[in-house]
Amino acid sequence: MNNPYLPQAYKILEIRKETAIDYTFKVAFQGNVIGGQFMEISIPGVGEAPISICNFDKTSLEMTIRRVGRLTDKIFNLQAGDSLFMRGPYGNGFDTNIFKNKDVAFIAGGTGLAPIRKTIDHFMTGIDETKILEVLVGFKSPSDRLFIDDLDRWSKFGNVTVTVDKGDDTWQGETGLITTHIGKLDLSNVKEKIAVVVGPPIMMKFTTLELIKNGFKEENIWVSFERKMSCGIGKCGHCKIDETYICLDGPVFNYIKAKTLID
Amino acid sequence: MGIHLSNIAFNDYLEKLSEKYRIFAPIVKEGKGKFAETNVVGYGEIKTLEEIEIDKKSYFSPKEIFYPIRETLFYFTDNKIEVPKFEEKPLVIFVRPCDLNGVRKLDTIFLRNGEAVDFYYKRRRDLVKFVMMECTEGFDTCFCVSMGSNEAHDYDAAIRFEDGSVSLKIVDDALMVENLDGQENIDFEPEFIKENKVKVNIPDVDKVTKETFNNEIWKEYTSRCIACGRCNTSCITCSCFTMQDVSLSDDNRIGERRRVWTGCHVNGFSDMAGGHSFRDKNGERMRFKTMHKINDFYKRFDEHMCVGCGRCDDVCPEYISFSKCINKLNEIVKEDSANE
Ligand SMILES: Cc1cc2nc3c(=O)[nH]c(=O)nc-3n(C[C@H](O)[C@H](O)[C@H](O)COP(=O)(O)OP(=O)(O)OC[C@H]3O[C@@H](n4cnc5c(N)ncnc54)[C@H](O)[C@@H]3O)c2cc1C
Ligand code: SF4
Ligand code: SF4
Ligand code: FES
Repeated sequence: MNNPYLPQAYKILEIRKETAIDYTFKVAFQGNVIGGQFMEISIPGVGEAPISICNFDKTSLEMTIRRVGRLTDKIFNLQAGDSLFMRGPYGNGFDTNIFKNKDVAFIAGGTGLAPIRKTIDHFMTGIDETKILEVLVGFKSPSDRLFIDDLDRWSKFGNVTVTVDKGDDTWQGETGLITTHIGKLDLSNVKEKIAVVVGPPIMMKFTTLELIKNGFKEENIWVSFERKMSCGIGKCGHCKIDETYICLDGPVFNYIKAKTLID
Repeated sequence: MGIHLSNIAFNDYLEKLSEKYRIFAPIVKEGKGKFAETNVVGYGEIKTLEEIEIDKKSYFSPKEIFYPIRETLFYFTDNKIEVPKFEEKPLVIFVRPCDLNGVRKLDTIFLRNGEAVDFYYKRRRDLVKFVMMECTEGFDTCFCVSMGSNEAHDYDAAIRFEDGSVSLKIVDDALMVENLDGQENIDFEPEFIKENKVKVNIPDVDKVTKETFNNEIWKEYTSRCIACGRCNTSCITCSCFTMQDVSLSDDNRIGERRRVWTGCHVNGFSDMAGGHSFRDKNGERMRFKTMHKINDFYKRFDEHMCVGCGRCDDVCPEYISFSKCINKLNEIVKEDSANE
């Protein structure tokens, strides 16, 4: 009988510093992955946590981890060559067919960029085509920016806006909350335009409302949720909202479904 | 088809059965009650019929026998992972019909929710045979009839306790033993309770709306419920757990990962790292549990989760009644849909 709770040790290939508290861990991994899925990663004796997969290829996957507590502190002490325990991938992820040949805006707040990074890259690198491709990302401050190289690279292929809540002396880019930039998206075909919104709960709430105010149709909005998770496989009950299990039925939801979920 | 046995012959049967099985039934546990020096009825291992508490409802459900309160998932030493060995004897558990129906709901979560089958649950569950105890009277807080769980038919054996004797129907041949003295073949079918003192009306799942979730009735429970979680732990159908890692050495090289029961009323159940939390108010948790038991589960699996055993009412230190809550909910849903 297969035991779904057993993690396996995977070798850390590379660790990249994104910000002072966000590092990207590249881990040797072979298996089928869909952008937007997550892994349960752990250090036995310390704990286990769900972490989004932000990038992958045939032999590796990457996860950007924010240092916030017991487990993530210990993970930050690991080095390339050490092993990380993982099981997964879990969750539904983003179906790229939804975005093919459409007018699409990917909108992320802070670490919310991690779960959609791979899907954005899929279209930016032309594996599949979209009609218009826009990326709008908000960070608290310039030093909180993640995936700076990717954002630079993408700006050659699509329309990329990076805004910070508060700039510093050297910041020349956009400022202001994400919601203040929604009106500046290409809204020429807003009734058909697709939006993906991922970020902290409060950012998702106000961003989706702003999109609808600007003419987006509810069924064209997609979100990804984060909830407390212990198992990732529909058993522990922590992630349940109404009859929906975020770990099984999500974390990616269409807004028509998402708006009915009451915690 | 059934057999009739004197109590003496039945004890003989239990003795033969215990060569192969460990046998569990509701028993009186002395000094374990709510108040000092009071007794509580819980599940324990038995050898004879006389130990079985027939006249009282068990305070705890039988789930802990095959879904332990705390279970080691694996040990590890220096990055080597080892699943605890499992060489347990098969189990026979005496249950009432409501609990037997409750087990099916646990099975639904652990074996059928999502693609993964819960390895630890299954390996114990596969060892269990259920002997259903006929239950025609019920107890003060039961509402199994309203929940449609007063009858159960997927038992391995059924038993009726009589004065000095028992009637037994054995469905699963694995529970047969050879050469019982004084065995008498009879027709025996267990009967079921037809009416409880407590009745509930469950709102139609199609009529439960966002307004129901936001209704004022939940607020009352915020001041009354103290989030002790007893309603969750005593419930035959509550299945939630949390992972816990334990390190036995300073460098985290030896330790174990285990899972422990938890519940939606307990503080921290849905708190996430970074300070995001949901359902901070106890009334919101009461709403969450209620909806799970009589609305959400149905939407997903076509039957209600709650079996109406009434244990949550029996154990609540704040005298919160779940059956009253269901009926109140039904009233507001009726009002809401009349106002539409
Ligand atoms: C689907 C999904 C995808 C995710 N993807 C990512 C990702 O890509 N990258 C990432 O970094 N994270 C991600 N997360 C979040 C990640 O799982 C958590 O950050 C992680 O569990 C933290 O574990 P920890 O042991 O380090 O923190 P813990 O020690 O558990 O807690 C860390 C912090 O939370 C606070 N905290 C803990 N308990 C409480 C409480 N009861 N009330 C208030 N605050 C509390 C602590 O004060 C502390 O600051 C994801 C989560 C989900 C569900
Ligand atoms: S919710 Fe209450 S009445 Fe229903 S099965 Fe659980 S303990 Fe029994
Ligand atoms: S038993 Fe009563 S007080 Fe305790 S958590 Fe349940 S409803 Fe709240
Ligand atoms: S994380 Fe355990 S049920 Fe979803």
